[in-house]
Amino acid sequence: MTLKSVHSPILQVEDLCTTFGSGIATIPAVRDVSFSVNKGEILGLVGESGSGKSVTLRSLLGLSRRYGETTGSVYWKGDNLVVRSEADMRRIRGGEIAMIFQEPMTSLNPLLTVGMQIDETLKAHTAMNASERKARAVEMLDLVGIPAARSRLGEYPHQFSGGMRQRVMIAIALAARPQLLLADEPTTALDVTIQAQILDLILSLAKDFDMGVVLVTHDLGVVAQTCDQVAVMYAGRIVEQGAVRQVLRAPQHPYTVGLMRSVPENVPPRTPLYSIPGTPPSLLSLPEGCAFSARCPQKTVLCEQSRPHLTNETGERAVACFSRVETQGDAVA
Amino acid sequence: MTEAVLEIKDVNLAFKGKRTVLDVLSNRPSRDVHALNGVSLDLRRGETLGVVGESGCGKSTLARCIVRLYEPNDGEILFQGKDVFEASERKDRSYNRRVQMMFQDPYSSLNPRMTTRQILSEALKVHDMCKEVDIPEKMSGLMDLVQLPEDALDKYPHEFSGGQRQRIGIARALAVEPEVLIADELVSALDVSVQAQIVNLLLDLQERLQLTILFVAHDLRLVRHVSNRVAVIYLGRIVEIGDSETLFANPSHPYSQALLSAAPSLDPDDKGKKIHLEGELPSPLDIPPGCPFHVRCRHKTPKCTTELPRLRPLDGRGSVACHHAEEIENV
Amino acid sequence: MTDLSLSSEIKPSRRPSRMQIALRKPGFMAGAAIIGASTVLALFPNVFAPHDPNFIDYLAVRQPPSWQHPFGTDLLGRDSLSRVIWAYSINMQMAVLATVFALTIGVIIGALVGYYRGIADMIFGRVVDAIITFPFLVLVIAVVAVLGPGLINMYIAITLVGWVYYARLMRAEVISQMTNDYASAGIVMGYSDLRIIFRHLLPNALTPIIVYWMTDMALAILLGSSLGYLGLGAQPPQAEWGVLIAEGRNFITTAWWLSLMPGIAIVLTGLGFSLIGDGLADLLRPRG
Repeated sequence: MTLKSVHSPILQVEDLCTTFGSGIATIPAVRDVSFSVNKGEILGLVGESGSGKSVTLRSLLGLSRRYGETTGSVYWKGDNLVVRSEADMRRIRGGEIAMIFQEPMTSLNPLLTVGMQIDETLKAHTAMNASERKARAVEMLDLVGIPAARSRLGEYPHQFSGGMRQRVMIAIALAARPQLLLADEPTTALDVTIQAQILDLILSLAKDFDMGVVLVTHDLGVVAQTCDQVAVMYAGRIVEQGAVRQVLRAPQHPYTVGLMRSVPENVPPRTPLYSIPGTPPSLLSLPEGCAFSARCPQKTVLCEQSRPHLTNETGERAVACFSRVETQGDAVA
Repeated sequence: MTEAVLEIKDVNLAFKGKRTVLDVLSNRPSRDVHALNGVSLDLRRGETLGVVGESGCGKSTLARCIVRLYEPNDGEILFQGKDVFEASERKDRSYNRRVQMMFQDPYSSLNPRMTTRQILSEALKVHDMCKEVDIPEKMSGLMDLVQLPEDALDKYPHEFSGGQRQRIGIARALAVEPEVLIADELVSALDVSVQAQIVNLLLDLQERLQLTILFVAHDLRLVRHVSNRVAVIYLGRIVEIGDSETLFANPSHPYSQALLSAAPSLDPDDKGKKIHLEGELPSPLDIPPGCPFHVRCRHKTPKCTTELPRLRPLDGRGSVACHHAEEIENV
Repeated sequence: MTDLSLSSEIKPSRRPSRMQIALRKPGFMAGAAIIGASTVLALFPNVFAPHDPNFIDYLAVRQPPSWQHPFGTDLLGRDSLSRVIWAYSINMQMAVLATVFALTIGVIIGALVGYYRGIADMIFGRVVDAIITFPFLVLVIAVVAVLGPGLINMYIAITLVGWVYYARLMRAEVISQMTNDYASAGIVMGYSDLRIIFRHLLPNALTPIIVYWMTDMALAILLGSSLGYLGLGAQPPQAEWGVLIAEGRNFITTAWWLSLMPGIAIVLTGLGFSLIGDGLADLLRPRG
């Protein structure tokens, strides 16, 4: 689907669909999402709120099952996770595939020390004995850059600051040496200087452990600075995907172009910013044609009648648009 | 662009910490949060002054002091020469009319049980902005101004998206025809494409209504885009203030430099030129002695650990609070 | 730029109305039916009672339930059903009068101390501590003992003690509403304190109060009939459930219907108020 690589992908997602609700009021949160992630590669899933990026991430681990239905396939080492039982998924979650969230305070247990929480993960997913687990816990805290790791094992989450808490969460997530990390807006709640530290940490851990990462974010800057591949989502579908450099240098989908031009970077100060008119469509009443057509500056009659498929002409880029933008390098002046 | 509308002079504000009986007995000092530590700045008529800093640096506290939501422990805030915290001025609610605030959270800043019409007509009536019969006309004018359709008047806040709610918040502030707008993280809760719409609206309104704006935000790109001048705040102190373009092109304070370089650029090839700040923001409970930034600064000298640098003008740049501003090269 | 269709949002475009939600809650509907019927009985006992509740018939003393007297007759031969129905007037009146003044006073005081805090709040805190250390019933009985028995004095006693619970709840709710920026916006807009408290904060803080009020009305009926039973509330020959139970107490083995029927009435109305309270907690929440 994406870049042909010498590596074989560890995660291959095909036609993933997640639908919330039941009966008449169903919400098509994710539709026909396909991508793959190689070892040591970081894929950015980018989009605005309601675009389905977080639901996609949760669907990979079967976390959306409780609220709706997921179809399609998620091949993890050749094994389709969509059809696996909840018990199987529990073994995979936190073991081979780990996940971190936006707000560390709500995903850490406030009543257990950090050491106990790492220990818990290791007990569930590895065959290590108590002293090995302790050693690994210290090693992990050290690795994520927490000073005086050994002495901080006995501390509770509230004793850490915001950035440190996010590091703790990463330490817990990575303790069992997962091969894939799913990160849902891991730096959105943090300040820029701390964000830079955490992104660097994720980047270096991905390279050191040869771990694949799916990073969900709304910030194209974060994608530019961290990811290798990117998929842009709109109204539950991927509208453009490819290598980060290519997509950000020469975006071809009008939505990607609009998103990039909305960012006040390299724009003369105090001039009107480009803004995509209108708001995203309701997932309950999606138009028949392209979901972006109502806001698109270059829509045609065709766009309102039928939906463009994600086509992959050059073998490296896929764009779901009938009249893709051909402005090489114009968005980033 | 010379007359100062608002003058903030050496404002200090500490939030008192709770003291237990044990603390009093052991003579432990109370744990106060030092939110603002001697902030001085002028807001000039017609300008946009950007205020940037990380969370907890005191920028929102400053905004809330200006509109009298908090009262400083020390220092004064002058509006057209009069101290707004003096007893006679406090009774005068016209200050609240002339200096308005717009809030960050589009969800909590509107009363969930009032329609747009009720929200706006209340503002118009309380301040007697127009005759009773002219209220409907005035309201449709306001909706026009913030680019919302007329039928939005009879809807409740929960029927709007985040961006639309912020427009209603702006309309509420504009209803009383203020001179100064304090925008506290006005767009940070919104999606990028909606952010751009609101920023454009703000710039447009400023020009049409000749507003003076204090734009508080953590997003440097946004602040750079909307501001004429910028103040960088660190731990309740202004560390650098000056003309926006000069400051962004050529930051003088090591903290401003680090902050700028940490903002993720859209250019994938821009990696690796970063100044990495070590450590985190010290707690405002315990502000380090000397320069508050010295614990994270690459350029610190023994002088920095003991002596607090004052904000001083620098040739061809703004004012900087750093002992070594002249020697530090830009990256 | 101006093209902002209001319907284009990612949330259900047509939400069911409050009425529709209410109809889908069987518990709430059952409660509403019970309280609705009780209110009708309370307002028009003369229409529903088959006999005069005070008509004494020495020839038909302590008769078991029959077609003529479905709940039997009491020791003076009065029709029990009619007396239970007439008691609805008194007991429903208790539910309202014993709570509504406490609610009004409590809401106002709670809103004021919650908004202003400071010394008034500290004094309020001490008063609350002092009052809630005593069991509610003991304190009410003590006040009645001072004022003398009777319905009016009972209402005064319950109000004097009961407002504290409303005030405490209101204070906490106002303090939590104050963290919302619409309250700050009111201050920034230069609105008066009273406008902010009563126009903005109060309507948003009222939901838990109303839910508690429903439970409190159930408790008021229970408390009122307890005092009636003890001879401190309604006085015989007034038909009141507590009084009726007390009258039947000596004949509990031989004429069980005398105490059982008013007892069932108490349980039923109490249940009705509780069910309504549960349903209201969901219904009154603002949407968003």
